[in-house]
Amino acid sequence: MEFILQLIDITLTTIKDVIPIAAIIFGFQLFVIRRPIPNLKRVLIGFAYVIFGLALFLLGLDKALFPIGRLMAEQLTNPDFISQWSDSVPGQLHWKDYYWVFLFAFLIGASTTIAEPSLIAVAIKANEVSGGAIGVWGLRIAVALGVAVGISLGTWRIVTGYPIHWFIISGYIVVVIQTIWAPKMIVPLAYDSGGVTTSTVTVPLVAALGLGLAETVPGRSALIDGFGLIAFASLFPMITVMGYAQITEWSAKRSSKKERETAEV
Amino acid sequence: MVGSLRDLAPIILVIGFFQVFVLQQSVPDLVGLIVGLLCVVAGLTFFIYGLEMGLFPIGESMANAFARKGSVFWLLLFAFCLGFGTTVAEPALIAVADEAAKVASVGGMIVDSDESRSSYANGLRFTVAFSVGLAIVLGVLRILKGWSIQYMIIAGYMMVVIMTMFAPREIIGIAYDSGGVTTSTITVPLVTALGVGLASSIEGRNPMIDGFGLIAFASLTPMIFVMAYGMVI
Repeated sequence: MEFILQLIDITLTTIKDVIPIAAIIFGFQLFVIRRPIPNLKRVLIGFAYVIFGLALFLLGLDKALFPIGRLMAEQLTNPDFISQWSDSVPGQLHWKDYYWVFLFAFLIGASTTIAEPSLIAVAIKANEVSGGAIGVWGLRIAVALGVAVGISLGTWRIVTGYPIHWFIISGYIVVVIQTIWAPKMIVPLAYDSGGVTTSTVTVPLVAALGLGLAETVPGRSALIDGFGLIAFASLFPMITVMGYAQITEWSAKRSSKKERETAEV
Repeated sequence: MVGSLRDLAPIILVIGFFQVFVLQQSVPDLVGLIVGLLCVVAGLTFFIYGLEMGLFPIGESMANAFARKGSVFWLLLFAFCLGFGTTVAEPALIAVADEAAKVASVGGMIVDSDESRSSYANGLRFTVAFSVGLAIVLGVLRILKGWSIQYMIIAGYMMVVIMTMFAPREIIGIAYDSGGVTTSTITVPLVTALGVGLASSIEGRNPMIDGFGLIAFASLTPMIFVMAYGMVI
């Protein structure tokens, strides 16, 4: 019974979030475009599925993944736990002693990105538009790798305390250099994939990890250092997606060169 | 269903591995966990099903209709409303804005009272929503004119870098994060379908090169505007 009440509650919240969007769409459709929506019934059913699906998804995350994820983030960043695995003098932890935190950041970043609904949507669209040249899984794995690297680097930054803008600015420089060399058609998609990675699944878990670390590492302030992980998670996918396209292009060139060579022989 | 299960398998493996081998404890509420996971799998399945039935088609059909109507004014107004309307009510943004107000009051930028905090948070929310609306307008204009995205994004980054030097230190982390939180699960498919639909219905535009990129703008402008907000207030 409690479960059903929660489901209704979350469905109502999701509907509330969707109302402005629906109002804008149907308002413009009615007053500006003034043409009936093609397949109106199908579209409405689709909207209902999206809302219901999202509500179930959020309920499941709230019930299962977030509590355990937050608990784990707390336990892993606890100084007692970290001293237990290291030989350093307690109270004087070196950044290397946080290796379980970095590994957790890497793996949780990658695995939550794979399950991110908005990334799935963009990957489906990109696959459709590119006529299959960009694989749904290729893109998703490239983005997941980017988020994983980004978040582990971000946690390392919190532990060591280096200023965030050094990392972000050097990341930008890499993005600019890659933009010059990457295949033209991947560039806009790569820029987009920075923004889509961080929504429903990743943000709450990652925020818990960042705040947990910033609270327990001596000399860090939760308010100033706890932020910034999401920025890392949106920067690195751009680099890995362009890298993915560069590698695909490079290997395609090499194999076609090989084919030509064998044909000549 | 099988697909959604496969999407979630990595999370389950990671959590299982850390529970058993690293933290060495049993999972607290196993039944709740399994029920929750089943909800997530079913929810993801419904979501993707509805995406291809409702969100993608409506985004594309509206893009087509606007392209045929040929009225740039209404298209840009629609773009602004979509960006502003979906962002201003975004729960993740509300949470970040509240956090930011806390930082500002601790840092002594505003008076430490509930009233000034909530007005600061609201101001921030509307700033971000406005900047996302502007971003979608800019992105749609780019598709119409066929400008190349690189120069615009790189110019945006330069602005971020320059503003970082002058913005108060407390706001920088939040500004960088606000770029990532603005794009919600329902906005992303709609905006993507809008961009791709526009690029496919305008002659001479390639949906792959011109259609994507709207979300990139929507995650860049909030950084600039939040830092500006921190500097002005």
